[in-house]
Amino acid sequence: MNQMTGIKTLADLKKKQEEVRARINLRDKAENPESLVQVKVAMATCGIASGAKEVMEFFVEELDKRSIDAVVTQTGCMGYCFAEPTVEITLPGREPVVFGYVNPAKADEIIECYIKDGELVDGIIPQNYDTI
Amino acid sequence: MITLTIDKKKVEVEKGTTILKAARKVGIEIPTLCHFELCDMGIENKPGGCRICVVEVEGRRNLAPSCMTQAEEGMVIKTHNIRVLNARTTVLKLIISDHPFDCLVCAKSGQCELQHLATQFGIRSLPYEGEQSHYRKDTSPSIIRDVDKCIMCRRCEMMCNEVQTVGALSAVNRGFMSVVAPAFEMNLEDSPCTYCGQCVSVCPTGALTEVDHTNDIIRALTDPTKTVVVQTAPAVRAALGEEFGLEPGTLVTGKMVAALRELGFDYVFDTDFSADLTIMEEGTELLQRIRGHLAGDPDVRLPILTSCCPGWVNFFEHNFPDLLDVPSTAKSPQQMFGAIAKSYFADKIGVKRKEMIVVSIMPCLAKKYECQRDEFKVDGNPDVDFSISTRELAAFIKKANIDFLNLPEEDFDDPLGESTGAGVIFGNTGGVIEAACRTAYELHTGKKLERVAFTELRGMEGIRSATVDFDGLPLNIGIAHGLGNARKLLDDVRSGQSVYHAIEIMACPGGCIGGGGQPYHHGNSEILSRRAAAIYSEDERKSIRKSHENPSIIRLYEEYLGEPGSHKAHSLLHTEYFPKTNGVTVHLQS
Amino acid sequence: MSQYKMHVLVCAGTGCHSSESNLVYEMLRDEVERKGLGREVQIISTGCFGFCEKGPIVKILPDNTFYTQVKPSDAREIVDEHVIKGRSVHRLLYTDPETMEHVLDSKHMGFYKKQLRIALRNCGTIDPENIDESIARNAYQALGRVLTEYSPQDTIEIIKRSGLRGRGGAGFPTGLKWEIAGRNEADQKYVVCNADEGDPGAFMDRSILEGDPHSVLEAMAICGYCIGATKGLVYIRAEYPLAIRRLKTAIAQARDYGLLGENILGTSFSFDVSMKYGAGAFVCGEETALIHSMEGKRGEPSNKPPFPAQSGYLGKPTNVNNVETLANVPVIILKGADWFSAIGTEKSKGTKVFALAGKINNVGLIEVPMGITLREIIYEIGGGIKNGKKFKAVQTGGPSGGCLTEEHLDTPIDYESLTAAGSMMGSGGMIVLDEDDCMVSVAKFFLGFTVEESCGKCAPCRIGNKRLHETLTKITEGKGTQEDIEKLRNLGSVIKDTSLCGLGQTSPNPVLSTLDNFMDEYLEHVHEKKCRSGQCRSLLYYVISADDCIGCMACKRVCPTHAISGEKKEVHVINQEICIKCGACMEKCQFDAISLLNDYPRVAVAINN
Repeated sequence: MNQMTGIKTLADLKKKQEEVRARINLRDKAENPESLVQVKVAMATCGIASGAKEVMEFFVEELDKRSIDAVVTQTGCMGYCFAEPTVEITLPGREPVVFGYVNPAKADEIIECYIKDGELVDGIIPQNYDTI
Repeated sequence: MITLTIDKKKVEVEKGTTILKAARKVGIEIPTLCHFELCDMGIENKPGGCRICVVEVEGRRNLAPSCMTQAEEGMVIKTHNIRVLNARTTVLKLIISDHPFDCLVCAKSGQCELQHLATQFGIRSLPYEGEQSHYRKDTSPSIIRDVDKCIMCRRCEMMCNEVQTVGALSAVNRGFMSVVAPAFEMNLEDSPCTYCGQCVSVCPTGALTEVDHTNDIIRALTDPTKTVVVQTAPAVRAALGEEFGLEPGTLVTGKMVAALRELGFDYVFDTDFSADLTIMEEGTELLQRIRGHLAGDPDVRLPILTSCCPGWVNFFEHNFPDLLDVPSTAKSPQQMFGAIAKSYFADKIGVKRKEMIVVSIMPCLAKKYECQRDEFKVDGNPDVDFSISTRELAAFIKKANIDFLNLPEEDFDDPLGESTGAGVIFGNTGGVIEAACRTAYELHTGKKLERVAFTELRGMEGIRSATVDFDGLPLNIGIAHGLGNARKLLDDVRSGQSVYHAIEIMACPGGCIGGGGQPYHHGNSEILSRRAAAIYSEDERKSIRKSHENPSIIRLYEEYLGEPGSHKAHSLLHTEYFPKTNGVTVHLQS
Repeated sequence: MSQYKMHVLVCAGTGCHSSESNLVYEMLRDEVERKGLGREVQIISTGCFGFCEKGPIVKILPDNTFYTQVKPSDAREIVDEHVIKGRSVHRLLYTDPETMEHVLDSKHMGFYKKQLRIALRNCGTIDPENIDESIARNAYQALGRVLTEYSPQDTIEIIKRSGLRGRGGAGFPTGLKWEIAGRNEADQKYVVCNADEGDPGAFMDRSILEGDPHSVLEAMAICGYCIGATKGLVYIRAEYPLAIRRLKTAIAQARDYGLLGENILGTSFSFDVSMKYGAGAFVCGEETALIHSMEGKRGEPSNKPPFPAQSGYLGKPTNVNNVETLANVPVIILKGADWFSAIGTEKSKGTKVFALAGKINNVGLIEVPMGITLREIIYEIGGGIKNGKKFKAVQTGGPSGGCLTEEHLDTPIDYESLTAAGSMMGSGGMIVLDEDDCMVSVAKFFLGFTVEESCGKCAPCRIGNKRLHETLTKITEGKGTQEDIEKLRNLGSVIKDTSLCGLGQTSPNPVLSTLDNFMDEYLEHVHEKKCRSGQCRSLLYYVISADDCIGCMACKRVCPTHAISGEKKEVHVINQEICIKCGACMEKCQFDAISLLNDYPRVAVAINN
C-alpha cells in the first residue's frame, strides 16, 4: 500500500483516482484494444539483440507522456529479422503497418507523423502475411 | 377500524387484529395448534410453526397463518374451502406421522391438543408413513421430557425464555431432527431449569409431563407399618374440582378432605396451617430486618424477599448467587409442615420418624424437587416424602373409583389442619405478602388491624407495588409473579436501585393457582382469575384471618417452639441457600 | 517512474486458490524479479475470472492472453517465452471444445463472448486487497456523487428507475425496498449485506466479495445514505475465509482513507461497516432468519410482516440486500438508470450472474444480460454438453428451483419467465443435466438438501419435505406405487402453499417440475421398475446372457439367495425377485456372461417362476 492519505472531499477522491489510474491503465486499455493505437514490438532474440527493448520502453514512456492512448505489446519474431527492430502499428480502423530498423529516433518520428497525423514515414516493410 | 370478510361474514376490527381473532369475533373458530395465549397476562405464543390455522386470503399466492396475519381493509378470507381443508388435513397428518402412536398409555391422553385435533378432523388413515424422529428421554426430579412427542409448537420455549427468562429450553437441531431441549445435550437436571413446570402446563402433547409419584403413595398407604400424613396446599382446593367437571373457581375443600380420607390417609392436614407458621417466622424476620434497618444497622439487607416458592428459590440460586442473603431464610410451608409433622406431631402421636410418611398435594412441580433437597432430610429421611400435583391427585381419586362429586364435605384433622384466611391466600399472587402484612402490622404497632384485606396488593399485573402504612411507617411492597418479572425486581436489588422493603415473588403466572401442577387451563386465563377469586372468598369465609391468631399455631409455639425465631424454630423452620454451579447461566457468568 | 509494460493477472479466487494459484503468483513474481523485469512486469493477484473449471487462470495484458490450468512449475516458461520473447505458451492456452484449437486471447473465447460483466466488472482485473486499484476503477465515485449532488430520495429514484431487483432470489425491486426502509422513522437503522450464499454450487457472492469488495462497501454506504442508516453489517458465512479476509482488508483500507467512518468526503454523512459470521445454514439466507442469526438467536425465519424494513436487526428498520444486488448499485449511479434499464427484458433489468455447473463443458461463473436464452448460455457460453451427450434438463435457481427441458431452451430468461416455467431465478445456480441423469434421482438429490437445511420451525417443511424425500427414495428403490406419485403431487403443493418461508415455499419445485416434465420417468420407475439412465442402483439387474452362458453352474453355487436356476450346460437365469444384487455371480463368472442392465427380459422370468 501507498502511504495512507485521508480522502476528505470528493475532489480528494478524484485527485487520488488520477494518481492511481496509471496502475491499471494498461488493464483498462486491454478491455478494448481495437479503439486504441496498438503498438507491437517484435521481441524475439533477433529483435532484442538489435535494441527492441529500448524501442519498446521508448514507446511505452513517450506515448504516455504525449497523452496518446495506446497499447504497447510485445510479440514474437515477425520474420523480418533483417530489419530488426521491427514494430507493427495498428491505428484504429486501419490495417496494421510494420516499420523496420526502428530506433528511438525513428520511433519518435513514427509517433509524431504516423500515429499523430496518419502520415506514412519511411521504413515500411510490405506485409506478406496476416496476423490474427 | 378495518372491515374484512370472513366466510362471507363482514367483520369490523381494530387495526393490528389478527385474522384468527377477527374470525372469533363472528363466531368462527379457526383450529390452531401451536398458538397459545394467556391474554390477561400478555402471554402469547405464535411462532406460526404448525400451519394448522392457515386460511385463504383472496389475492395472495400462499395460504396465510391466521394466528399471525393481521387483518387488512377489504380482505376476503375463506376458512374452510377445499384448498384450506386439504392443506390443514395434510399438515395435521404430517405432524401425526412424526408422533408416537401411544395415546393409550400417554400421560396426556384426553388432554392432548393434537389428539383433539385428530378427532376434530376425523383422521382415519395416515398416508405418510416413514421415519419418526427420536430423542432420548430425560427424567428430572420434577419433569419428564419425552421429546419424541414434541411437535415444535415452541410454547414451552416461549414460557421458559420469554415469560420465565430461565433459558433452560430452546429449539435445537435442524429440520426433521428439531426438538425443544436444553442446550448442549444437557439433561434438564443439569440445566438452569427451576422446575416451575410452566412448560408442562402449556405443552399441548405428552412431551412434557410431571414425574408421577402416585404409585409410591399407594404403596405407603397399603403398608400397615406406616402412618401416612397428607397436607394440601391452598391452591389445590380452588382447582381440583375442574378435573371432575366442576366450574372453574369451585372450592372443593371439604370433598377433597373426604376423598383423601377415603384414599386411606391416616391424617388429613392442611398446608394452610404451615402457611400461618411461615408468616410467624417470615413476618418476624421482616420486622427484625426493618427495625434493624431503621436503627441504622449496616449488616441488615433490605428488601426481604419471600421464600415459599421453590421454583423461585431455584431461580435465584441459579441466577443471583450473589444475593443469597436477601431472601427470607424461612422454609416454604410444605417443608415447615414436614418438619413439624415429623417432630412435634410424630412425638405427639408416638410414631417414630421413620414410620411416618408425609405426602403433600401441591399445585406445583418444583415441590417434587424441593422435598428431595438434602437440607430437608434428617439422617436421609426427608421431611416430606412425596409431593404430588393437583392433577395426580385427581387421577388418583379417579383410579380409586371414588365418586368425588357425591362425597360429603369433611373437615381437616387437628392439630395441623387448623388454618386462617391468611394461610389460604398464599395460593394467589400477592397473598403471602398480604398475610405477612396482617401479622406484621399488629406485631409492630401493637394495634388491631381493622381493614384485613389489603386489596392494593391484589391483582394480576406481573409487577405490582404498593405502600402500606404501618401506623406512620410507610412500607414499600413489591410483588412479582412470573420469573421474568422477578428478574426485573432482582436486577434492581443487585444494582442497589430497589425501593422496596419487602418483595413477594411467585414463579408461576398468577401465583400457585397457576402452578405447573394444576389442571390444564389450555390458555384460558379466565380459569386463573376464577381460581383466584375462589381463594379470596375462602379467606373471607374464615373467622380467623390473621396467622398469629391461629390457636394451633399459638399452641405449637407454647408447647414446642417457644418464640418465633427462637433457636428451635430456626433449626426446624429455617434453611439456607446454595449457589447452583451447574447449568449454562453459571458458565456464562464465570 | 516505473511504467509497467505488462500486467500478469493471477486469479486468487477460492477455486484457483485451492489449486495453488497462490504458488503460481509467487513463482511468477520471483521469476520476474530474477530476470530483472520487476520494473516492467507487474504481477497482480485478482479476484475470480469465472472460468473456474480451468483454473488456475493467468491472464496477460495488454494482449489478453488467457492461460488455463497453470501450475507453479509453468511460471518459468511463461516468463521466458511470453514475457521475454513474446511467444504464447500454446499448451496452456484454452482449447475450444468444438474446434479443438487453441484460443489466443480471452476476447475470442466463447465463454466470454456473450457475457456482460456489470456486477463482476472488476473481478479478475484488479487486486482486491489494494484499494488504490479499486479507486482507479471508479470505486467510491458513485458515493461521492450521491453525497454531494443527490438527495436520498433522488438516489432512490435512480435505483427505482433502473429497474434493479434483488439478486438473492425473490427479485423484489431494490429501490422500493430502500424507499420503504427510508420511510420508517427510527433512532437507528441498519444496512445488511446478505453474504450468506447458501445454494450449493453458487458462488457469485463469494467471488464478488473476494474480487471487488469495495463495490459492495460503497453500495452499502449509498444505501445507508438513502435510508438514513449509519451502520452496515455484512452477514457472511464463516466458511468463506478468503472473502472474509479480503472484506476485512477492504474495510480497514476504506476506513484509513476516510471512505468509511465519520463525515465521509467532508459531508455530514457517517457510515461504518462491521461483520457478522454465520455458521452456514441455507435458511439464514432468508432475511428474517439472517437477522435472527445476527442477533445470536436460532437461525429461523419469522412471519412477514413485520418486514425487516419495519422491525429488523435489534428491532430497528433494516434493509437487507444481497451481495450481487449491491455490486450493481455504484455502476447504476455513475452510468445512470437509463443505461441500466436498457439492458435486459421488460420487467427484469440488467444482468444476472449464474454459476454454471453440471454436465457442461465450461463450468464457471458467468454474467449475462437478462433475456438471454438458456440455449445461448448452455451452448455458446457453456460450450455445450460434455462428451457430446444429449441435453436433458437444466435445473435453475438452486436446490429449490425446478428442472426445465428442451422446450424451454429458447425462452428468454428473467424472473417471470423462469417462475412461469415452474422454476425460479433463485440466486443463480444453473445445473445442466444430460441423458445419463435420472430425473427422479435428481429430484431426490435436491430434496435431500432441503431436508438437511430445513430449520424445522414449520411442520410442512420439517416433516413434509422428509416425507417427500422418503417417497422419492421408495420410488428410486423400485418400491413405488401409483399412489405414491399422487401423494408427491398433493404433498408438494401443500408444502408450497403452507410453509412459513421461501425455503419451504419452493423446496418441492424439483419434485413438482420433474413430475410435470418427466412423468414418463416416474411411471417407468413405478410400473416397469426401470431407470432408463441406470442411476438407480436398485433398478439395475444382473442378467445372464444366453449367448455367453455355458452352464458351468459357478454362479449358481455362489449365489447366497439361490436366485439362479439352470441345469448343467444349460443357460442359467437369475430370478430378479430373489436377487439381492450382491454381484457375487458376476464376479465369479469366467465367461463374462453376466452383466448389469437397467432392464431384464421379463417374459423369461415369468416362465421360470
